[in-house]
Amino acid sequence: MAQLVVVGLIVSSVIALGAIGLTLIYGVLKFAHFAHGDLMTTGAYVAFMVLFGGGHIGPLSFGYGMIPAILAAVVIVAALSVAIDRVVYRPLRRRKAGLVILAMASLGMAMIVRSLVYIIWGPDQRFYVLGIQRAKQLPFGIMLKPDQMFIGCTALVVMALVYLLLYRTKLGKAMRATADNMELARVSGIDTEWVVSWTWAIGGGLAGLAGVLLAIQSHLMPEMGFLLLLPLFAAAILGGVGSPQGALVGAIIVGVSQEVSTQWIPPGYKPAIAFLLLFAILLVRPRGLFGVKS
Amino acid sequence: MESLLNPSYFASFLILVGIYGVFALGLNVHWGYTGIFNFGVAGFFAVGAYTTAILTKEPSTGQYVEYIGGFGLPFVVGLLGAGVACGILAFIIGIPTLSLREDYLAIASIGVAESLRRVFVNERWLANGTRGMIGIPQPLHGIVDPSDYKYVYLCIVAVVLIVIYIAIERGIRSPWGRVLRAIREDEMTAAASGKSVFAFKMQAFVLGAVIMGVGGAMYAHYVKAITPDSFAPFFGTFLIWVMLIVGGSGNSKGAVLGAFIVWGIWTGTDWIINHSPGGLETRIFYLRNLLIGLLIVVVLLIRPRGILGEEKRVSLFFGKEPPKEQLEKDSAAPT
Amino acid sequence: MTVLEADGIVTGYSEVDILHGVSIMVDKGEIVAVIGPNGAGKSTLMKAIFGLLKVKKGKLLLDGTDVTNEAPQHMVRRGVCYVPQSENVFPSLTIQENLEMGAFIRKDDYKRRLEEVYELFPALAERPHLRAGKLSGGQRQMLALARALMLDPHLLLLDEPTASLSPLMVTDILAKIRDINHTGVAILIVEQNAREALNLCHRGYVLVMGRNALEGTGESLLESEDVGRLYLGG
Repeated sequence: MAQLVVVGLIVSSVIALGAIGLTLIYGVLKFAHFAHGDLMTTGAYVAFMVLFGGGHIGPLSFGYGMIPAILAAVVIVAALSVAIDRVVYRPLRRRKAGLVILAMASLGMAMIVRSLVYIIWGPDQRFYVLGIQRAKQLPFGIMLKPDQMFIGCTALVVMALVYLLLYRTKLGKAMRATADNMELARVSGIDTEWVVSWTWAIGGGLAGLAGVLLAIQSHLMPEMGFLLLLPLFAAAILGGVGSPQGALVGAIIVGVSQEVSTQWIPPGYKPAIAFLLLFAILLVRPRGLFGVKS
Repeated sequence: MESLLNPSYFASFLILVGIYGVFALGLNVHWGYTGIFNFGVAGFFAVGAYTTAILTKEPSTGQYVEYIGGFGLPFVVGLLGAGVACGILAFIIGIPTLSLREDYLAIASIGVAESLRRVFVNERWLANGTRGMIGIPQPLHGIVDPSDYKYVYLCIVAVVLIVIYIAIERGIRSPWGRVLRAIREDEMTAAASGKSVFAFKMQAFVLGAVIMGVGGAMYAHYVKAITPDSFAPFFGTFLIWVMLIVGGSGNSKGAVLGAFIVWGIWTGTDWIINHSPGGLETRIFYLRNLLIGLLIVVVLLIRPRGILGEEKRVSLFFGKEPPKEQLEKDSAAPT
Repeated sequence: MTVLEADGIVTGYSEVDILHGVSIMVDKGEIVAVIGPNGAGKSTLMKAIFGLLKVKKGKLLLDGTDVTNEAPQHMVRRGVCYVPQSENVFPSLTIQENLEMGAFIRKDDYKRRLEEVYELFPALAERPHLRAGKLSGGQRQMLALARALMLDPHLLLLDEPTASLSPLMVTDILAKIRDINHTGVAILIVEQNAREALNLCHRGYVLVMGRNALEGTGESLLESEDVGRLYLGG
């Protein structure tokens, strides 16, 4: 059982990175970004493309070539997200398009991105590194691979950075202000389009990183991000849309519940668990755990 | 493209246009007329298809093929049963979800569809799991040569489509229909005029679901074999949304037109696969998905109302909005 | 010295015009009040001045420069700050963070200005790390005013600052507005609370149905029979 919880926490850290980006976008732009999962997929494949050389960094499965690969994934997906916003979402925003139209547009973008991945790399599973890594024995009988520890630590560090950004920098405060009230932000002189662009860059970058970590954890597949979409939304909504702390807590709840549930029900139902949690919170407390009543 | 001129191929094409047209009409009742952002169409698709399979097939023959039911009932019963099953499903889902705000409803509907799909995959006893159900009987099979059967089925599809179309058009022009459209335009004002918005939404949700169930059943009888993969989100939900938006939501003609155009694009690009260099078929296949994705994004940017746009208001006499008094009368009318 | 001159403003929210040619003026260091019945277009005028609404006809001059239809972010950079009637603070930010956001476009170190503003609003200085969402209506209004002052504006636009406040808070807010004016800021205030607004202002305008109806000094309007009958009754 403890093993399942720990594995769940590792899964949660990947979900958290994705959910935090998703909730930031939701908070500032007020729209459900259905292409977020596919941005994660893009990140994973960009890293795949850039990754070179073998070797190992210590006990990890990959070599130093992974560092530029991760950086490339983060930067390229961030840039791509900003570009997509400029070309697709911003014109719709200008036109004051409704929630549904924006959501449909993001579904269309999701389809485009996923199709490109299929076309360029094909539908087969890919791996960053071939071969199986041996798990290390930890206290309490927990077995964890060094890669998994790497994922957990990376996620923690990045989340700390995001916290610092949101609470200690001018950009972060402007993002929170814009999420509270975009009109008031504009009226106060805040350049909201600048805030929006950075929100996409940060949300996209986080998604790209999450994708790479996910691929390190398992493998690459064109559907990988899309399959995570339901858990991502469940985590974000559970925690309270717009709240990064909420997204983290939501991710932990979703991730751990999914893994622990395999004790009793087939693993094929994992996303259904995420959905049940989502459903429960929508019925009981729609604003989420950390959400603010509007 | 030459094969499209082949009458047999064209008939197959039209059958699927008809089936998708039924789905688009059902989705139009949800979104176009009532503003319910249902992104779980694939769920109703699957339930409709599986229900008719369970009702119309002969009982399971052996230990390698498991499923419940198998009552060997006629096609019409299968069709109606599919509709009823989806209607009940919609009612159950609708109770907790219809009062959610749009985007949450969408996410919830995705969740429902995905969960249903996993139930069908994991519960072998229900509908044979991933192996699916094969040998679904086809109505009026014996009356023509098997190679000509599709023309018979095309007639059946056409009849069902027309019946549904007329029923919807009648419904939407009735007082009941006017209330639905008022709800779509401005839920708060509509609520102020009296009758329960929730009740109307539920009725529309159930009606649309019944239609989708019928569509799913017709699909099952046409392809004769279904597995959980037949109802993947792309074909079962996304494509239908694209059809509705391209053709024009809020508009029955638009729904059917959209089905024709989008399925036409999909079928018309078939040649890409047939003419692609060997080994690349699976990748090139997704070029068509890419095209559909581009199509929806471009349409949303350039002409979000679709080709036929939204229908003009039901009665020109009332101008843009039915006045409050008419709305009150409509809500009070027996449904 | 005229800070703001609005000449023949015609504007509205869509095709329907709310203002049919309204003209007002604000001089340096003045408090000017715009009063009138509901629907007269008072808030609409303010939004048009600040660039939140498109001016279809007419001119706006700020210190002699034509600023008609300048976007809000440009008006802010020109030294005009606007306080909306409601939802005028960022609830999930602290008091201090709200003020920091007010100073967003300042390129210099805003710390000194922050101290000056805290001096004007000692109640806010007491608990600068309190989340704005937890403040009472009156405290929020104070914060909204303070936020607008962070940029050292020379014209302040206040949209119904006393709306939905208790009588005690109304007095406090009006006193604060007077204090702010004494530091040299010209203030244009739109108010439903006609008597209080006229008491406070140097000059006032009465708008009816989107047009100028009356104007004069605060006292003269208070004493005027027409105004008294129509607007000061309650």
